[in-house]
Amino acid sequence: MHIIAQILFVIALLAGVGFFARNIKRLIRNIKLGREIDRNDRAGERFAKMARIAFGQSKMVRKPVAGFLHVVVYLGFIIINIEVLEIVIDGVFGTHRIFSFMGGFYNVLIAAFEILAFLVLVGVIIFWIRRNLMNIYRFLSRELKGWPKNDANYILYFEMVLMLLFLTMNAADHQLQLNGAEHYALGHSMQAAFPISNFILPIFDGMTNASLVIVERTAWWLHILGILFFLNYLYYSKHLHILLAFPNVYYSKLQPKGEFDNLEAVKKEVALMMDPDADPFAAPAEDAEEEPEKFGASDIFDLNQVQLLNSYTCTECGRCTAECPANQTGKKLSPRKIMMDTRDRVEEVGAIINQKGKFEDDGKQLLDDYILREELWACTTCNACVEACPVGIDPLSIILDMRRYLVMEQSAAPQELAIAMTNIENNGAPWPYNQMDRLNWAEENK
Amino acid sequence: MAEALKVPTMAEYMAAGKQPEVLFWVGCAGSFDDRAKKITKAFVKLLQKADVDFAVLGTEESCTGDPAKRAGNEFLFQMQAATNIEVLNGYEIKKIVTACPHCFNTIKNEYPGLGGSYEVMHHTQFLKSLLNEGRLKVEGGKFKGKKITFHDPCYLGRANNEYEAPRDLLRKLEVELVEMKKCKRNGLCCGAGGAQMFKEPEPGNKDVNIKRTEQALEVNPEIIAAGCPFCNTMMTDGVKNKEKEGDIAVMDVAEMIANAEEL
Repeated sequence: MHIIAQILFVIALLAGVGFFARNIKRLIRNIKLGREIDRNDRAGERFAKMARIAFGQSKMVRKPVAGFLHVVVYLGFIIINIEVLEIVIDGVFGTHRIFSFMGGFYNVLIAAFEILAFLVLVGVIIFWIRRNLMNIYRFLSRELKGWPKNDANYILYFEMVLMLLFLTMNAADHQLQLNGAEHYALGHSMQAAFPISNFILPIFDGMTNASLVIVERTAWWLHILGILFFLNYLYYSKHLHILLAFPNVYYSKLQPKGEFDNLEAVKKEVALMMDPDADPFAAPAEDAEEEPEKFGASDIFDLNQVQLLNSYTCTECGRCTAECPANQTGKKLSPRKIMMDTRDRVEEVGAIINQKGKFEDDGKQLLDDYILREELWACTTCNACVEACPVGIDPLSIILDMRRYLVMEQSAAPQELAIAMTNIENNGAPWPYNQMDRLNWAEENK
Repeated sequence: MAEALKVPTMAEYMAAGKQPEVLFWVGCAGSFDDRAKKITKAFVKLLQKADVDFAVLGTEESCTGDPAKRAGNEFLFQMQAATNIEVLNGYEIKKIVTACPHCFNTIKNEYPGLGGSYEVMHHTQFLKSLLNEGRLKVEGGKFKGKKITFHDPCYLGRANNEYEAPRDLLRKLEVELVEMKKCKRNGLCCGAGGAQMFKEPEPGNKDVNIKRTEQALEVNPEIIAAGCPFCNTMMTDGVKNKEKEGDIAVMDVAEMIANAEEL
């Protein structure tokens, strides 16, 4: 009988991991639809930042309640993975609690997992209450209707069920150990290992060993299958951040937040314009094969790979939007929506490639079909969204790139801005004053 | 005092074969906006008081390109940058001080990649260094004990991580510094950045500067201190909107120091 279970387990494991690997490959392919950007410099600084912000959760704890609960769930997740390792080994080889040879230390470990599982359960329940019963500004906006809201709740339900299964499994196992059941009996007592699941034991009063085995095996199988399912759910969910937060912070911008990149393509053009020896009528050289560069971004292909990675990393927590001055004053801009739109568009393009083998124009683009001009023009570039993001996402860079497209490719700046720009061009100031009057203030009386 | 300020230009320095200690980058607001001109003059008086050998570019100065860049016009920005860098490099400028965080950010962070590398300081940083070196003395004077809140300019604070220089100066004035709930890295924008100064805001339920002014009013200040000409305008408008201009003044930190000294 055992061998069949082992075979089934290996099949489930391979299928789960295999499907996950396929999706990760698609994810990487999708991110590579973006322009290349060199963010491999200053590796030491990048590692330090990743250790601090992604691993150390330093930005999460700025909001004490949500931050503390998140740290609990995060620690629970990381540490319980050690238990998953044991489950996998037991599943493949038909063993029972393979690591239990560690004796007293093993008990301490399992007891710690139980306590964490319980804390995770409590944390997740509070998260659910915050999200569904309390009127928290971050969770109320338009873009969180439908799937995004359901997705968040599914994850919470899932974690609740997984933790309950883990505790049920331990409780049934413990009862079987106490009963001295074959296969479950261990070389040492695990009495001290179940500080939480001990409370479940009374439910099993009067159950036969055969029934207990069914309970234990059911919980064990559902737990591991649930984990495999969860692993594959990640790709379709905002929960992908548990993996991508790390590379995302690593590749985030290290320069001061106020420093916006100087477009290379424009540098060339400006150098040409400023060069008195340049021939304005010169035809492009014969070997100039490359397409003329498009300025700014109207679709995901014009964004860089870090910006696309940002969009997949976005956890839709809304800290960015809650801090956004435009959003707080009722304007349409929501930095979170910018990230969600970008991800939706990348996914849409990815789906076309999955279907047809390559991208074929679908008549849509990120600009207008997803992100409105009104949203883009409401941004004050104040960097509050960037500062607020716990995983190093930069929605502002996407807003700016799209403004660049509007202005440089479409000449579609709002009228007043167009006037200000003309003034800068003609008078060297955004206002219609003569450059020759720049020092007049010094002549004026106090 | 009715006489004009003596403000030397780089061209004059050049003609005399001299190099100033620091170039004062006035900026468009500081040159043309009536309110911001007062900040410019106050800062010049402080420079003179501290015997700082400074010069301005005067008619050779032009917009840094900040609003153009942030509105998405990278062409215009780089054209402006190229022109300014040519002038600055022509005068072999090493050190620049400016009272505008937008000019500060652009010259400090974005010009180096286009061939213009200088030591750039915000005027609050520069004034702080003058105090530390003992070249300028500041005492509480008329601001002693007054309740004052500082509004962080995005392009000085979040954009460049400078939160303390303006606060240190205010402390020297022996004021009662009260912080708004949203301050430092969590400060709310005045609503002018990203070229918003030059256009009507998008439709919403409130203007950003009103929201920010409300946050300031929550702490009941006598003065809202600012470190940016645009923030100054936005907060002044906000205070007027709330009909509080009789009770609450909006002042640049440099103005306050000059005022305390009765310059």
